[in-house]
Amino acid sequence: MIKLKINGVEVSVEKGSTILEAAQFLGFPIPTLCHMEGLTPYGACRLCVVEIGEEPRSKLVTSCTYLAEEGLQVRTASRRVIRARKMILELHLASCPQSKTIQDLASAHGVTQQRFKQEYENCILCGRCVRMCEEQMVAKAIGFRGRGENRSIGTPFDEKSDTCRLCGGCMYVCPVCELRCTYTEPEKAVCGGCGNHSAVCLEKPEFNDMMCYMDPCVACEIKQPKDIKDIKDIKED
Amino acid sequence: MEGTQVQDIIEKHEQTRGGLIAILEGIQNRYGYLSEDSLRTVAEKTGRSLVDIYAVATFYKAFSLKPRGKHLISACLGTACHVRGGPAIAEEIQRQLGVEAGETTPDGEFTFETAACLGACALGPIVVVDGHYYSKVGTVNVKNILKEALLGPDEDDIKRDERIFRVEVNCPQCNHSLMDVGHLIDGEPSVRLTASFHNKHTPFRFSSLYGSGMVESEEEVPVDTIINFFCPHCHAELVGASNCADCGALMVPLIVRSGGMIQICSRRGCKNHMLDLDGENL
Ligand code: FES
Ligand code: FES
Repeated sequence: MIKLKINGVEVSVEKGSTILEAAQFLGFPIPTLCHMEGLTPYGACRLCVVEIGEEPRSKLVTSCTYLAEEGLQVRTASRRVIRARKMILELHLASCPQSKTIQDLASAHGVTQQRFKQEYENCILCGRCVRMCEEQMVAKAIGFRGRGENRSIGTPFDEKSDTCRLCGGCMYVCPVCELRCTYTEPEKAVCGGCGNHSAVCLEKPEFNDMMCYMDPCVACEIKQPKDIKDIKDIKED
Repeated sequence: MEGTQVQDIIEKHEQTRGGLIAILEGIQNRYGYLSEDSLRTVAEKTGRSLVDIYAVATFYKAFSLKPRGKHLISACLGTACHVRGGPAIAEEIQRQLGVEAGETTPDGEFTFETAACLGACALGPIVVVDGHYYSKVGTVNVKNILKEALLGPDEDDIKRDERIFRVEVNCPQCNHSLMDVGHLIDGEPSVRLTASFHNKHTPFRFSSLYGSGMVESEEEVPVDTIINFFCPHCHAELVGASNCADCGALMVPLIVRSGGMIQICSRRGCKNHMLDLDGENL
């Protein structure tokens, strides 16, 4: 057993456990995105950052991949952690502003502005689908391709894979392609603001944890018909 | 088709540490690119999944999934070359070739690529053509560089470049000279042999400049064909005892007039050769 301290509370966990598991055991919330039970930790989204070690030499690590060490001091909600987390969320949001999972996470963590250009990507490269396909479905039909800004997920040569069984597991675990904001159909939209052509989020408390406080508001910004068309084009692409 | 020829590369590296990258490098060296067929063969033969192989093949810039041209031109856009005008050079090359970075000209002559630092920052902007470095390149030089690439190494380079020197060879059987003064390649007398492949015979000439690799034949010999070489004088077949370390084809021995021996690989397109001037390993 390994003893470590999380937010000042001592906990002992089995050798090989991650900080994330230890924190979850104690009930300290750490937001995650690419982590998923049953899949090997991958450390792609960086959302689960925590601070380890003593100031001023403390550092930020991803708790889903960092193994618990004897005598480790972990802070899951220090000012530095929260700042980093917000920044990471803002970046994720900028790449996939339509993802409800990311929107909800952002609003839950008080991200109220968006300083980066929205990219409307379809993927944050968290690799959940890749691991799902390999580890749970034992198919290895999809994987990462290319690198840097050309990195993408898909089948080799973009051809239909012969190992894919169309199980849909990849889509099931995707935090981006599930439940998109559909803009024109109010009941399906995240906030319906764009569909109703009024920012409902400002009046209705049930939209409190939606992203419509955003500056610029994700929904409001694309309210104009022209922009709606742009989005459609992007989707079709 | 290609599959069977890729096999020897796979086998060679499977026996060692089984490095995927080494296998891909071997294929890339022989064909200039990684074809879909060959990647599938690698997957099948090594038991790795195609997804993983594809991930590696697309990750490294050194690997290309598209056929490349005869001449590879890389313009450096690394930090040092960038501030000295690398982008303008790259643009000029693109304009003159009419292709974007990473593309091959329709005639299959040039492939243009940009690189992030080619390791000679102090001499930037750098352009590398088929392994030959051009330093302090300006946009005005581009035209010449492309022209030189088409012509092959010129006199000057040959004199200066220590890797390039002339060899004169004789037939190992009849000791008759194989040099053909009437037919120049790279501006030097060529080496003439008779090549036989697929029941065809054709005069086959190659450059006498060591390291040039230029060949000419009356009948086009497809890349990858293993050629049987004969002496045009005594008509004996020239076969060696050893196999090419790169591709496994038989090596062809020739006598170097100044002493020693040179062995060239009998596979068309395989540039492997061994020079043994002291004749120690004979
Ligand atoms: S959950 Fe730890 S990096 Fe994504
Ligand atoms: S930056 Fe061009 S060679 Fe280093």
